[in-house]
Amino acid sequence: MEIVINGELEEIKPWTISQLVEHKKLLAGSLVVELNREIIKQDQWQEVYLQEGDKLELLSFVGGG
Amino acid sequence: MQDEKLTLGKISFESRLLTGTGKFSANELIPKMLAASGSQMITVALRRIDSSSPVENILSYIPENVTLLPNTSGARTADEAVRVARIAREAGCGDFIKIEVITDVKYLMPDNIETLKATEILAKEGFVVLPYVMPDLPLAKRLEDVGAAAVMPLGSPIGTNRGLETKAMIARLIENCKLPIIVDAGIGRPSQAAEAMEMGADAVLVNTAIATATDPVVMGEAFALAVRAGRMAYLAKIAAESHLSRASSPLTGFLN
Repeated sequence: MEIVINGELEEIKPWTISQLVEHKKLLAGSLVVELNREIIKQDQWQEVYLQEGDKLELLSFVGGG
Repeated sequence: MQDEKLTLGKISFESRLLTGTGKFSANELIPKMLAASGSQMITVALRRIDSSSPVENILSYIPENVTLLPNTSGARTADEAVRVARIAREAGCGDFIKIEVITDVKYLMPDNIETLKATEILAKEGFVVLPYVMPDLPLAKRLEDVGAAAVMPLGSPIGTNRGLETKAMIARLIENCKLPIIVDAGIGRPSQAAEAMEMGADAVLVNTAIATATDPVVMGEAFALAVRAGRMAYLAKIAAESHLSRASSPLTGFLN
């Protein structure tokens, strides 16, 4: 299925957010996840399944003034 | 010397030097700079991750007793700034938010109109809103009316180290606003931070000048001393200037 991750269309399996994070080998501690404009807190990542057409933002805090 | 603390939202700060996390050559320098400068509030930004180059978690370099000030950099409209602010709060960064809405890529000057709109929305949602603006007195009054916690006028464009190019306009904000005035952007050296504090600014925010110094830790301390010196001079009330000389020694001749 296809979802939009950070503005780009990507083909993924029907994963949970946790599985996607694991698949992408992302550093979970610094990650902020927004799914269809809603923040999904880390303790919910295992329960939330991604669905066709979802818009996912994977964000993190960086240096800035 | 007795001084009141700087109160923003529900938190009172001893230090009147706010710092930023941008442009450090290594994140390990950030906690060292914070310790050396005594800064109690530091900015961070929020961005899409680049999955090809995993980044370190910048928050892990900021001690717990330092208040996080997420900024809305990257936002080009009030709506985008509001979205960033909500994400930052949901992500556990607390209620403080520096509104930064920029459409001008040449000078990175803030869009005061979008900034006012975002401030109004976020103040109603309980954020402690610190808007980064061009110094403009009527706008500062409007920010006061809509519930900003402070006004953060720029000294000169971001990252230019040119000091207080807007000095006269900032002075008018200081003289006429009830809200704390925090001079943000463009302060390039400690003497310029002292200059802002001598004028009666309530605080300054310094990032580039500290982060890109050869030794950011020592520069952090230098800025802290300058901010303190400037603040003390303001509280002590600076002596008047005069056109003609006024002798500081007796005017009689040496021996008669």
